Amino acid sequence: MNLIVVSLITLGVIGCLAAVILFFVAQKFKVYEDPRIDEVAAVLPGANCGGCGFPGCRGFAEGCVKAETMDGLLCPVGGAPTMEKVASILGRTVTATDPMVAVVRCNGTCANRPRNNRYDGAPSCQIVANLYGGETGCSFGCLGYGDCVAACQFGAIKINPDTLLPEVDDEKCTACGACVKACPKNVIELRKKGPKSRRIFVSCVNKDKGAMARKACTAACIGCGKCAKECPFGAITVENNLAYIDFTKCRLCRKCVAVCPTGAIHELNFPPRAPQAPKPEAPKTEPVKAEAPKPEMAQAEVKTEVNTTPEKTNNQQA
Amino acid sequence: MNKLIVSPSPHVHSGDSVKKNMLNVIYALIPAYLVSLFYFGLGALIVSLTAIVACVLFEYLIQRFLLKQKPTIGDCSAILTGLLLGFNLPSNLPVWMVVIGALVAIGIGKMSFGGLGQNPFNPALVGRVFLLISFPAAMTTWPRPITWNMQYLDAETAATPLSLIKEKGAEAMPRLLDMFIGNMGGSLGEVSAIALLIGGLYLIYTRTITWHIPVSILATVFVFTGIIWLVDPEMSMNPLMHLLTGGLMLGSIFMATDYVTSPMTPLGQIIYGIGIGIITVVIRVWGSYPEGMSFAILIMNAVTPLLNTYIRPKRFGENKTK
Amino acid sequence: MKTFRIGGVHPEENKLSARRKIQVVPLPKQAIIPLSQHLGAPAVPVVEKGAEVKVGQLIAQAGGFVSANVHSPVSGKVAKIDTAIDAWGMKMPAIFIDVEGDEWLPEIDRSEKLLTSCTYTPEEIVKKIADAGIVGLGGACFPTQVKLTPPPGKVAEVLIVNAVECEPYLTCDHQLMLEHAEEIVIGVTILMKALKIQRAIIGIESNKPDAIELMQKTVSRQMGIEVQPLKLKYPQGGEKQLIDACIGRQVPSGALPIEVGAVVQNVATVYAVYQAVQKNRPLIDRVITVTGKSVNKPGNFLVRFGTPLNDVIAMAGGIPENTGKIIAGGPMMGRAMSNTDMPANKRISGVLIMQESESTRPEPQNCIRCAKCVSVCPMGLEPYLLARLAGKSMWDEMEKHNVMDCIECGCCLFTCPSNRPLLDYIRMGKNKVGGIIRARNMKK
Repeated sequence: MNLIVVSLITLGVIGCLAAVILFFVAQKFKVYEDPRIDEVAAVLPGANCGGCGFPGCRGFAEGCVKAETMDGLLCPVGGAPTMEKVASILGRTVTATDPMVAVVRCNGTCANRPRNNRYDGAPSCQIVANLYGGETGCSFGCLGYGDCVAACQFGAIKINPDTLLPEVDDEKCTACGACVKACPKNVIELRKKGPKSRRIFVSCVNKDKGAMARKACTAACIGCGKCAKECPFGAITVENNLAYIDFTKCRLCRKCVAVCPTGAIHELNFPPRAPQAPKPEAPKTEPVKAEAPKPEMAQAEVKTEVNTTPEKTNNQQA
Repeated sequence: MNKLIVSPSPHVHSGDSVKKNMLNVIYALIPAYLVSLFYFGLGALIVSLTAIVACVLFEYLIQRFLLKQKPTIGDCSAILTGLLLGFNLPSNLPVWMVVIGALVAIGIGKMSFGGLGQNPFNPALVGRVFLLISFPAAMTTWPRPITWNMQYLDAETAATPLSLIKEKGAEAMPRLLDMFIGNMGGSLGEVSAIALLIGGLYLIYTRTITWHIPVSILATVFVFTGIIWLVDPEMSMNPLMHLLTGGLMLGSIFMATDYVTSPMTPLGQIIYGIGIGIITVVIRVWGSYPEGMSFAILIMNAVTPLLNTYIRPKRFGENKTK
Repeated sequence: MKTFRIGGVHPEENKLSARRKIQVVPLPKQAIIPLSQHLGAPAVPVVEKGAEVKVGQLIAQAGGFVSANVHSPVSGKVAKIDTAIDAWGMKMPAIFIDVEGDEWLPEIDRSEKLLTSCTYTPEEIVKKIADAGIVGLGGACFPTQVKLTPPPGKVAEVLIVNAVECEPYLTCDHQLMLEHAEEIVIGVTILMKALKIQRAIIGIESNKPDAIELMQKTVSRQMGIEVQPLKLKYPQGGEKQLIDACIGRQVPSGALPIEVGAVVQNVATVYAVYQAVQKNRPLIDRVITVTGKSVNKPGNFLVRFGTPLNDVIAMAGGIPENTGKIIAGGPMMGRAMSNTDMPANKRISGVLIMQESESTRPEPQNCIRCAKCVSVCPMGLEPYLLARLAGKSMWDEMEKHNVMDCIECGCCLFTCPSNRPLLDYIRMGKNKVGGIIRARNMKK
């Protein structure tokens, strides 16, 4: 009995002493921190993806608090709603930005781009890219070893086992840019998501001359320039035998898609075209209805003169 | 012609594999195993086989049903763990205790960290120390070595030289030669120094292990106990006896050299060996357990990551002139 | 017997083509001559489409200090200057020449006569070597004249001739020594003169006793040259390892061999120097080993640059049915090719054809921390650690652990019992860290 009492008292005293010491130590070494940092951090997604350019969400919160204005600060994961919350905590205003999404610009599927050798080494695009041009005749396109998949914190990219190409899930993609950095071939680009996720993009990054590119991959951009001539908005440039659509200028008229001889220009999430329209100009079934809010769209519809007036909407395609 | 295969260099391989290394260690244990079968007979056979079968089975079951991995029992590492666990047990231990030891060794010692290569502690020793703490009496009554002993659980018991000296003093010791060939009480694989040494030489010859760890442990124990013996012969026995008794030979050649839990650099390995030697002697001479090898190895296992971080190999060009 | 002090492995030698006489490969119909057959800036073409060229004529000039001239290995007409695809699917600028006859420049001495005395000054020798477009033929293709011009403040003391040929399978240097020992020894004296030094060591591994004996006999009259037999160990042909083996000095991290007073030249380079200085013959061909367990007639072939490797392989009996992998170079450091249309050039010392069964790597397993990679690394690095850091993109840590010292010899992957792709990751990390260091230096 005595023993128990003594033990209890001893331990209790030690405990109290330790608590007191800890209290004073904590007081002495306390670091002052702007309480708003905690508040801002609380509304951030907490994925620590680094997409904002700061080391983790807390780093971003500190950056926001320290910065004078909200210019250039964007959490790509949370997007505009999150930034509005952050701005309201800090008593500032944000300018709206268009939502972005990662886009894989390669259509070198197993069928389009036959393999002419077999790689047998560590499964990493980075390593393959250091070693050689890849398993196909195209030394620019996707290598298919999934560095982007490994880099994605949100499970938004998967390699399709049939095509061996990565596919982005628009819903999950937060446009943090991790995959863009991870891809040694710069196949992935962040592009405007577009209304209803409608996007048009050149799904190829091959800079070889047409014949060579075509030989390696039937879906390659051969740099013929037809799309650039067709584009009413000057959104398409052809450089180094490769077309590129500037998503800030593109109005989603889809004319380029129709003229591309290799099908390298992809359109996503558009309603089907009218079946009878063999010519590029065809789509009389106003594909762009959905985009009514935009003024250009409205015009297009009114005119119904599809040939000359593009159905616009500035989506990018991914 | 088929599609050519492209891979980064080098394009040839030594042909070495995990399995080959594990098998080499198992081959090296055969002489000691034969000696223990000779002295402990049926008991040795039952205990060792139980340990092996249980270890392999537990590894398979855990990988198959708990971790849902591809089973890796084919690499023979579970067989080796089982064999080493068996070697560290008295040959009259009940089967159910052996099975519990195997479960702790594989389940807690190895698989809970992620399997082969991830475990910080030597699994066989984790199992052994668990049994030693849980069932101290059963773990420290050893059967008397009898030629072709066919008794198992009710075998006549004998103390090990180390417990003899703790309890009765130096005069009760067996002869040095008996200790060398293994005619003494003890866990089933640890008794015969000569058989273990043969196995150790085989391992070094096949480059399965390097000399650094065993030699540094044995040398440290010899020197340290030698100093104690010279200062006060009452406190400790002859350093030669220290080398030949307990799990020292087994531990330094087979347990401490476990790839996964020993340091990566030669200097680190020597420091590790010296640490094991010193802790072993301290436990043997001043501690309450007669035997300190298992604890010493486990303690130094914990130091291994530190040694790996701070001890770097000698880089090329660091010594500019010769 | 001497050898280097840290690490090393013993791969199976498989010198199947040893002591096979050097055969001459016939000229191709069209020669494709890459402009970048060396380390450094690509050469700049000095001929136009349609120009008539003769054998040995300069067709592209060095594009910088670290660069090398390129000469026409054939006579004929320049068909085009365009890009060709190399064996790794990458583009390389090249000059295409349609071969017509075999007409050599008149100043090239094509006789077999041995010219022993060299009357040129050191500066003239270096200039002749630079003009001839000679690069290190051991594989790195570093322009030779750069090596012969020590940076200010550094003094060369000894010339080390690399006749080790530590790569398994390859035998081209061995055969070259057997057939051209005297020319090589004269080449050594020329290089000693160019470097203004009195001492040279020819390092040869002990698996070539006939070459050691022959070289010893040939140099016995020469002052200051010694033949040093070396214990068989890979990677003895690594520059730093060879210096350590021959003179017991270790080149510090990040430094060049000249730091310890050594200049290393490959034995094939020495032969090319003899040809260039004494015979006015630029570097237009080299000996290539074509070998492999399933190859019909493994052998050593004298090939003009620009000849498609297919032609060379055909001389050895063609590509066998069960081929899985074709490697440019040896099995330890050579690069696996995705096609064999690539032309022979200064970089390729051998073509190794591997059967399908020996071409794939076994499935990697967990690292068992056996430390074998640490013990075989000839640079004293920790491959297991570097590979892990590379997998986690920890470039700063990798730099701290001396990843830039890695010579990519492949000992770690060769020895790993778990078959882990250590070197794949280390090489990738090394490229990254190299880029980071370059960027940092640019900023400064």
